[in-house]
Amino acid sequence: MSWCPAGGLSQIPARGARVLKTGNGNVAVFRTFDDKLFALADRCPHRQGPLSQGIVHGTKVTCPLHDWVIDLSTGSAVAPDSGCTSTYPVKVEDGLVYVDLPNG
Amino acid sequence: MKSKLVLVGNGMAGMRAVEELLKLEPEMYDITVFGAELYGNYNRILLSPLLAAENTLDDIMLNPTSWYDDNGITLHAGKTVTTIDRAKRSVTADDGTNVPYDRLILATGSHPFMIPVPGIELDGVVSYRDVDDVNKMLASAKDHTNAVVIGGGLLGLEAAYGLQKQGMNVTVVHLLDSLMERQLDKAAAALLKASLEKRGLRFEMEAETKAILGASRVESVQFGDGWEIPADLVVMAVGIRPNIDLAKSAGVYCERGIVVNDSLQTYDPRIYAVGECVQHRGDCYGLVAPLFEQAKILANHVAEYGYSRYEGSMVSTKLKVTGIDVFSAGDIVGDGKTEEVLFQDPAKAIYKKLLIKDQKITGAVLYGDTADGARIFQMIRDGIDVSETRDDLLFTHHSVGDSGTAGVSSTTSMTANTEICGCNGVCKGTIVETIVSKQLFTLDDVRQHTKASSSCGSCTGLVEQLLADTLGGDYSVSAAKKSACPCTEFTHDEIRRAIREQELKSIPDVMAFLDWTTSDGCHKCRPALNFYLLCAWPGEYRDDAQSRFINERAHANIQKDGTYSVVPRIWGGVTSPAELKAIAEVAQKYDVPTVKFTGGQRLDLLGVKKEDLPGVWGDLNSAGLVSGHAYGKALRTVKTCVGSEWCRFGTQDSTGLGIKLERMAWGSWHPHKVKLAVSGCPRNCAEATIKDFGVVCVDSGYELHVGGNGGIKIRATDFLCKLETEEEVLEYCGAFLQLYREEAHYLERTAPWIERVGLATIKTVIVDDAERRAQLHARFLRSQSFSQHDPWAEHATGEKAMTFMPIDALRQERAGECAEGSTQ
Repeated sequence: MSWCPAGGLSQIPARGARVLKTGNGNVAVFRTFDDKLFALADRCPHRQGPLSQGIVHGTKVTCPLHDWVIDLSTGSAVAPDSGCTSTYPVKVEDGLVYVDLPNG
Repeated sequence: MKSKLVLVGNGMAGMRAVEELLKLEPEMYDITVFGAELYGNYNRILLSPLLAAENTLDDIMLNPTSWYDDNGITLHAGKTVTTIDRAKRSVTADDGTNVPYDRLILATGSHPFMIPVPGIELDGVVSYRDVDDVNKMLASAKDHTNAVVIGGGLLGLEAAYGLQKQGMNVTVVHLLDSLMERQLDKAAAALLKASLEKRGLRFEMEAETKAILGASRVESVQFGDGWEIPADLVVMAVGIRPNIDLAKSAGVYCERGIVVNDSLQTYDPRIYAVGECVQHRGDCYGLVAPLFEQAKILANHVAEYGYSRYEGSMVSTKLKVTGIDVFSAGDIVGDGKTEEVLFQDPAKAIYKKLLIKDQKITGAVLYGDTADGARIFQMIRDGIDVSETRDDLLFTHHSVGDSGTAGVSSTTSMTANTEICGCNGVCKGTIVETIVSKQLFTLDDVRQHTKASSSCGSCTGLVEQLLADTLGGDYSVSAAKKSACPCTEFTHDEIRRAIREQELKSIPDVMAFLDWTTSDGCHKCRPALNFYLLCAWPGEYRDDAQSRFINERAHANIQKDGTYSVVPRIWGGVTSPAELKAIAEVAQKYDVPTVKFTGGQRLDLLGVKKEDLPGVWGDLNSAGLVSGHAYGKALRTVKTCVGSEWCRFGTQDSTGLGIKLERMAWGSWHPHKVKLAVSGCPRNCAEATIKDFGVVCVDSGYELHVGGNGGIKIRATDFLCKLETEEEVLEYCGAFLQLYREEAHYLERTAPWIERVGLATIKTVIVDDAERRAQLHARFLRSQSFSQHDPWAEHATGEKAMTFMPIDALRQERAGECAEGSTQ
């Protein structure tokens, strides 16, 4: 794993996300209303919808394709749906966002 | 220390109240529950399937004992509360258990009524009320043949059907000459009786039970005229009486039931009551739907929110007998002022009757075809004025022109593998199984668990039928008062009123004022609030992009692969070689995989990558093309035909009028998408009569048509009025659109909105009241002065365009910026 820079915090809107392109597909970096950050694979467990484009509410995001709700802290779909997407550690240093991505 | 809440009665109503309370204030009370039965809370309305051996007791448990532990609730099962000490505020059970309370909820339910005849104490005489009764009935069915059910009401018929399925010979004894007389008129009851007789049930009508005879076990039932029929089992199902013994003994005021006010409070303010034991505004209820409504309101008061009121329930019933469609709602008797509308087809055994009073439906009886039951029930509850539609009310609307359900309108004859929801591929069997195994009561529950009816909604009527078939009349039709989303108790109308009257001007203000249960809303309420605020405070409210669906944030339509489609505005469907060239060049430059004509006379560029959107817009903008809002809850297209300029039949300049309408209305946001059309003559080539607002030109002027829809549920427009000049058309159109913006619920198209409020209401405002029309039109134009700017131009360059670009981790890595191995 290695910490990869993902731009400035100010580039991610509150209740929004930015997409980070990686060798293993896109990672969505979310910022909640209370400025918590989460990084998840940008693929809904349902039909691979881009979660980064969904509406962020609390610590959840709703997939734009079929309204599955994904918990940002665990990557799991909220019941009664079930499924899970990968999550990655995130940190902020000096206003810059870093995501801990698997190497390669 | 927490306050103490005691619930007496571990049944569906009481436990629902506790569940609703836990949703609102999970930490407020120490909760103790007393239940006379040994079990946790089970689903009493599934007793009939239990009797018919379609379910087991485990299947119908709602709250198993572990649930009480998990929620920190003390359950005293098998203990009957015998006294309430109101001075000391405590209750005592038959085993001496004494628990103090700060608030007490009585949910003691009801007693089955036993006719006072000799012999009711004999072995083999049972009521039909709880699991023990069902067990006794099942045991009898094993070694005995003849069953007599006393009572030809809903409960009696269900018991009879269950026993017959267990292999018994069943005779139903009824005091009156007509079955289910409280729900059905004589004609429908006769059809029902014939159909049940065909299934092998026998009936003794107008038979007064005089005695039940036998040595130790019942042997026969004797009637008033001395006539006897053999019986090994007698089920008494003549009705229920509210169980008020405990309340009465404690001096709590009772009449037929425990009398409560609109907050479900008894005459002792510390004591509440809910469910079948309650008498509210003179009525007692025995069905689940009203009890659930009561439970919700009771919880609201016990949680000290104190703002909702119970105003009584309108009930509907449906018989839970496979293959028989019976539906009844409201007042089926009527009085001197009631009119009846009838439809009868004896050959197909279909009978439908509506009772109408003051142009409103007050009651309904449907037999043989109940597909419209839910819709008619909604009309009764909403008090819709039917003066304009009464002549075709009784023709099944459900299947006519609906897409996705293969024209089927009745679920009873379907096999388990018949597909109900064409969008999500959900079959009847899956839905029924899920309703039973997951203990679902409402349409929303079914949508959540199975996805059926959650996409386009065309199968909603079928899913409601399946709920009714499975749960009988007890399924909880969407509550009379439907909250906007799970984050709030308030309805769309209440939210809009609060925004206006309290001058709430931001989403957090609305959430704070209306006690939102979530800190940040959800994907349902935030877009609704954003629109309501935008509509209420034009020019003042700052649009919150993060509360819009991605299409409205990206100003393009997201596709299944995450790319977008782009549709430039083509005014009135008229374009030019220069525009076409610009579109073609953009398509080539950005390698757009598909270019397609839309149904609204425009061109769709499909498969555009998100990062290319700003570039595409910039190029289209420089050719004079702007956003077509094909992605928004907004004005979409104005479809036109060529009209009098070219067409030999054209009566007016339909193209020119279409362009004028589009120039006036473009950029406006709405509760849902809005489509317009103008046809140059009644041949109607622009299909104006399936649009939200359509104009059909005639030689003498312009006909206005509203509320059409060509989608899932096809709906032809209603004729609004006829006008003489284009100026008038523009004014009426602006006023109509503004009325829709101000009054419809978010995500409600004009078609269901008009059906909900009634065309008469809209005519009164738009056609009959010149002053209100002018005001609405003026408000529309004022709002437009703030909203008519091209979102593409704003996002084509600069910082806003940047947010469309992903951050490239690979590039950053190559630049050596990746902080390999650094610690957190």
